[in-house]
Amino acid sequence: MNFVALDQVWVYLSGNPLLSLLVTLAAFYVATRINILLGRTPLLHPVVISIVLLIGFLLLSGIEYSTYFEGAQFIHFLLGPATVALAIPLYDHRERVRRLIWPVMVACVTGIVTAVGSTLGIAMLMGASRETLLTLAPKSVTSPIAMGIAEQLGGIPSLAAGLVLLTGSIGCALGPWIFRLMRINDPTVQGFTMGLAAHGFGTAQSFSSIGALAGAFAGLAMGLTGLLTAFLLPLIVALLGI
Amino acid sequence: MSLIVGFIILLGCQFLGELIVRGFGIPVPGPVMGMVILLIALLINGRVPDGLRKTGQGLLNYLTLLFVPAGVGMMVHFQLIQADFWTIIVTLFVSTAVTLAVTAKVMMWMNQRVGGAEKAK
Repeated sequence: MNFVALDQVWVYLSGNPLLSLLVTLAAFYVATRINILLGRTPLLHPVVISIVLLIGFLLLSGIEYSTYFEGAQFIHFLLGPATVALAIPLYDHRERVRRLIWPVMVACVTGIVTAVGSTLGIAMLMGASRETLLTLAPKSVTSPIAMGIAEQLGGIPSLAAGLVLLTGSIGCALGPWIFRLMRINDPTVQGFTMGLAAHGFGTAQSFSSIGALAGAFAGLAMGLTGLLTAFLLPLIVALLGI
Repeated sequence: MSLIVGFIILLGCQFLGELIVRGFGIPVPGPVMGMVILLIALLINGRVPDGLRKTGQGLLNYLTLLFVPAGVGMMVHFQLIQADFWTIIVTLFVSTAVTLAVTAKVMMWMNQRVGGAEKAK
């Protein structure tokens, strides 16, 4: 046994992609277990638990986020092909999507205006700085689009990405509760609403807890919202004179 | 080999998407454009190849996991979030709730107007 070597082994491993990948998967597994133990409550989404576990681990072990991400980026990269794969459930449910194209378009534009309007209105009333305001504005949009929009408007792109994730988890927690309150059982409406208000988180949640049809509509909402917000937001901001 | 075929199709569409988005300076992420391209391709092809379905479903089943690495990045922004903490929290909660309620209401209402408010499930 050589304890000095153990120390060196840790230095080597903590900067290695292997450790980041291992702890990410382990955290997700543990988080999913915890969520099941808590009766699959949407209030503590497995993603939120995983993130808290991992931030705790990184802070305790003193590993920098950039070092962690060097390994975890292999998981992060799969978001791209997964987004492309959303075309498959959309294709499977193409008939239904085609029939509901008008409800979808109207709901999408109304939803975006509501999301942006309420965000800016509340934040302005509470006296947020202009920078925070513009960073908050694209919060309902999937992070890569939100970062682009925030930058274009004069917000902080990296913080925008964080707020998008917070919005996603809040949406997952509030969604089921609001649907129950409003007596909404239609999976197309549930999925679409989740995808619009909570982007990828809402889409993932729709797939895992409502079903493939809801997931398809959530993916549709996420894509459409991203596309339309990129064009609508600069207009709304100009109209409000921020 | 089916897994490989699936990945070739998905990555190929994403690649084309990036190419179009960057080439024309469209403010939309490449993968979203890739999704549009794949959808058009599937509509023309008329069916989903087995390998693509297997790969796609595998990825979509674990979609939530894929957000974890980016989410951990919030730790970098603790100080920025702290500065405007309550404004940010209240805004996010209220606005998300309002957005969910309004969107669901509008879509329900439109569904009924378009007729045949079908009850699925």
